Amino acid sequence: MNMKQNPEERLWDYIDGLSSPQEKTTIEQLVQSDAEWKAKYQELIEVQQLLQSSELEAPSMRFTKNVMEEIAKLHIAPATKSYINKRIIWGIGAFFITLIVGFLVYGFAQVDWTVQGDSKLPVDFSKVDLAKVDLSKMFNNDWVNAFMMINVILGLFLLDRFFANKRKKFTEES
Amino acid sequence: MSTGLNDNELISKVLSGDQQAYAGLVNRYQNYVFTLALRFTKNREDAEEVSQDIFIKAYRALPDFRGASKFSTWLYTIVNTTCITFLRKKRLEVHSLDNEKVFEVADSQDSGMKANLVEQKSRMAMVNDAIKMLSTDDAEVITLFYKGEQTLEEIARILGIEANTVKVRLHRARARLKEKMETHFAHEVKDLN
Repeated sequence: MNMKQNPEERLWDYIDGLSSPQEKTTIEQLVQSDAEWKAKYQELIEVQQLLQSSELEAPSMRFTKNVMEEIAKLHIAPATKSYINKRIIWGIGAFFITLIVGFLVYGFAQVDWTVQGDSKLPVDFSKVDLAKVDLSKMFNNDWVNAFMMINVILGLFLLDRFFANKRKKFTEES
Repeated sequence: MSTGLNDNELISKVLSGDQQAYAGLVNRYQNYVFTLALRFTKNREDAEEVSQDIFIKAYRALPDFRGASKFSTWLYTIVNTTCITFLRKKRLEVHSLDNEKVFEVADSQDSGMKANLVEQKSRMAMVNDAIKMLSTDDAEVITLFYKGEQTLEEIARILGIEANTVKVRLHRARARLKEKMETHFAHEVKDLN
């Protein structure tokens, strides 16, 4: 794989310390025995030294003072983890689990387990007439209505949080 | 002052309410941040304004710094995003390989003047001038690797790209820098040999 690589790339990997031990030995041998490799190596080492000796630019003398003056006007924002209460997260989780379990218990309680017939299933689906199923009874149930209302409120709350975060990010960027 | 403390100690002090401890971090990283910002903005006034903005953003976001990476890596991520936003706002082009020619044209125009000055330039100033002629992407990767003390993996995290891509970008950036130095600072490069 490495043999197909450009010699300059291989030498840069060697200089940067990214070559494998085997590749490192190969490069060292090549640099010692081959004049062309040696010349290239010297050339790259010079570039490396120049880059290492390059200077950083410095801002104005007042820079730190300016930043600190701006910062003095600010109140540091609390960490996200400090204002997201884990109990609320667990509470929401527990609520949904209870909701699912409640529906399952309610559903199974409606099944007539004593029905006998050819079917091996506790419910004889062949006798179920979908046209006669009255969904209005289910949605007129007070408990179901209450659960649905809570879900809608939670949904709106999450949507509001989502837009608030988006707005915050947008304001920070601008 | 807080200069003897390491980054994490300074951050803890800031988070516990010692606002002045932040000056230690600003003093420590201002040159790195300013140099990187200058690679994007190409002028000192804008670079100073952007750098100031970066340190204010970092201060606001400091409570969310989890210490999973070095503070410098985290800070340079803010540098990168802030500078890109700045360029977008100013509707400047992020100089890619194609528009590098713009620099070459601009450079050839003042090459006569440069020829006289080149003799006086130190080797360090020569490298800095050559870096300035590179595209923003090339200049940024070189600055992060050689001056920002970042590994390829850390640079990858800052730029949001793969480490292998950073490696390729670094190879190409160095090759182009070498070319620039040979073209524009031929006399000085010869003197160094």
